[in-house]
Amino acid sequence: MATTVTVKKPVQVASKATRLTIPDDLCLEMHRRMVTIRRFEEAVWEVYTQGLMRGLAHLYIGEEATAVGVCAALRTDDYITSTHRGHGHLIAKGGRVDRMMAEMLGKVDGYNRGKGGTMHIADLSLGILGANGIVGGGMGLATGAALSAKMRGTDQVAVCFFGDGAANQGVFLEAANLAAVWKLPVLFVCENNQYGEYTAAKHVTAIHEHIAERAAAFDIPGLVVDGNDVVAVYEATKEMVDRARAGEGPSLIECKTYRYRGHHVGDGNPEKTYRTQEETDAWKAKDPIARFQRRLIEAGLATEADLAAWDGEIQQQIQEAVEFAKQSPYPPASEVTDHVYV
Amino acid sequence: MSTSNHREITYAEAVREAIREEMRRDDHVFLMGEDVGAAGGVFKVTTGLYQEFGPERIRDTPISEAAIVGAGVGAAMTGMRPIVEVMFGDFITIAMDQIVNQAAKMCYMTGGQAKVPLVVRTTLGAGRSSAAQHSQSLQAWLAHIPGLKVAIPSTPYDLKGLLKTAIRDDNPVIVYEDKMMYNTKGLVPDEEYTIPFGTADVKREGKDVTIVATSSMVHTVLNAATKLEQDGISVEVVDPRTLVPLDMATIIASVEKTSRAVVIDEGYQRFGITAEIASLIADEAFDYLDAPVKRIGAMDVPVPFSPGLEPLTIPNEERVIHTVKGLFRDE
Repeated sequence: MATTVTVKKPVQVASKATRLTIPDDLCLEMHRRMVTIRRFEEAVWEVYTQGLMRGLAHLYIGEEATAVGVCAALRTDDYITSTHRGHGHLIAKGGRVDRMMAEMLGKVDGYNRGKGGTMHIADLSLGILGANGIVGGGMGLATGAALSAKMRGTDQVAVCFFGDGAANQGVFLEAANLAAVWKLPVLFVCENNQYGEYTAAKHVTAIHEHIAERAAAFDIPGLVVDGNDVVAVYEATKEMVDRARAGEGPSLIECKTYRYRGHHVGDGNPEKTYRTQEETDAWKAKDPIARFQRRLIEAGLATEADLAAWDGEIQQQIQEAVEFAKQSPYPPASEVTDHVYV
Repeated sequence: MSTSNHREITYAEAVREAIREEMRRDDHVFLMGEDVGAAGGVFKVTTGLYQEFGPERIRDTPISEAAIVGAGVGAAMTGMRPIVEVMFGDFITIAMDQIVNQAAKMCYMTGGQAKVPLVVRTTLGAGRSSAAQHSQSLQAWLAHIPGLKVAIPSTPYDLKGLLKTAIRDDNPVIVYEDKMMYNTKGLVPDEEYTIPFGTADVKREGKDVTIVATSSMVHTVLNAATKLEQDGISVEVVDPRTLVPLDMATIIASVEKTSRAVVIDEGYQRFGITAEIASLIADEAFDYLDAPVKRIGAMDVPVPFSPGLEPLTIPNEERVIHTVKGLFRDE
């Protein structure tokens, strides 16, 4: 007789912070980065639809609290691996918007001298090991960066950002297992934005309720966080980073969030096909920036006027980045064969 | 080699010596792979390294080719110099994304920001009745990818020198070891040496036909050359030693001398290493050729298990002799 055994190790659900327990300047910096991501992504939409940008553009709008909350808990010398939807991670980790925008347009002043484009932007000096065009492509890289940190005797940590789609790539199991058996200082941060490309994660992902449940399979902590609450994301990440730095190994954090736009710019109106307007509206009511701004005001850290002024400054900075990118030339033909090898 | 004292070591010992010397020289070098540690590897190639360097630097891994090669890429990007062993070259298919999409392209995609000083050691070669998933010679797949270097040594001397160079290289390098040759012996000098990539080695001088041969095919061809000599055909054997970079200058110089060329490699013949080198010879040495360039590769079938079938698929001396004689039929 067959017996079905379901092992359900409880997943810790990070508490919803009701007050701001983190330093004021960090709160304001997180806010600035979230707004910068949103305005940057809106500018990417603009330059794309104006025909200035070619290829693909996967926008991070709606998910800002996840990248910013995670990266706020990291040091400059910590590593991240990013995804095809990587602009938010890069800005959150300190990337320069002008060089990012120049890379979007394939210009020589871009981070990658125009050779990588939106899906491959890297800044090794900031520990950004690159956005990645392969779903799950960062799993091995982040695990290896964590191994490297451990072998070099530093207390650096690595964060692997990945989506709900990548949770179903085989390399996730391999990397999480390797990281767990070697107690590597790596955080697997799943941004569950509910859709892997054009398909709802819930239709293609065998879980009870949370992707973070899969942590139990590796005997590592699995946390579920409101990915639209930047403070909650920060606090959960901080706890897992401290743990990793102390040599206690990897963890899995699932941030529940939502992708406002389609899979990429060309997926213009998902509400007409694979998702509903009601669903999108419900998530927009939980907008990570608006929520955080209300809390900043309640905490007396900002006024409506401050927010408007800061937004204006950020929009100005983004416009300058767009201008910088437009003015920058394409790389010279002579560079096409550079960098194939070191 | 003639000015120094020499020792005879096996092809497996060449790997071991290269890794040991480089790990002693540079703390950032480490080895990871399946069974490479306490057990010394399935082919007993890494025996003793675990005892000397310990489990931190000689790492036994889970059977997770994608994760271990991927972790090798990540470690290489962040200051280490990993050597990853992929036990059978067939298993490289499981790590293909890590090698092809990550390691090979990282420097280029990042505009030169990232370097990936990674060595992937793996094996090629049929002949052990290991059947279709443990016998392939897939070096053409990786030689096809810009951003990778590919070494394919045929002797203990070449293997040791090339592997040391690979470990010091700041680019991802795939080193193909022929699993049939681990017990073969050869001389190495007592003192330290490395072999630069992109330098072919003339393994035998001759004047009538050039045979470009890789890995164990070098020995197949050298044996055939001895027999052909008795029939009055003088064979020059050129071993490229690295496929990427490829030393075409030495190959072309040889063909200019002999006016005939055969290319042999144990990979599948179709779209293989031999096709690339033959086309380059045809293109660059056309005016010197007295006969079409001929190719010899593995039969285009999955490698069969049966001892009655497997040998039919692997290039051998008889095929070399037959092919070479065919070039002189009209004379």
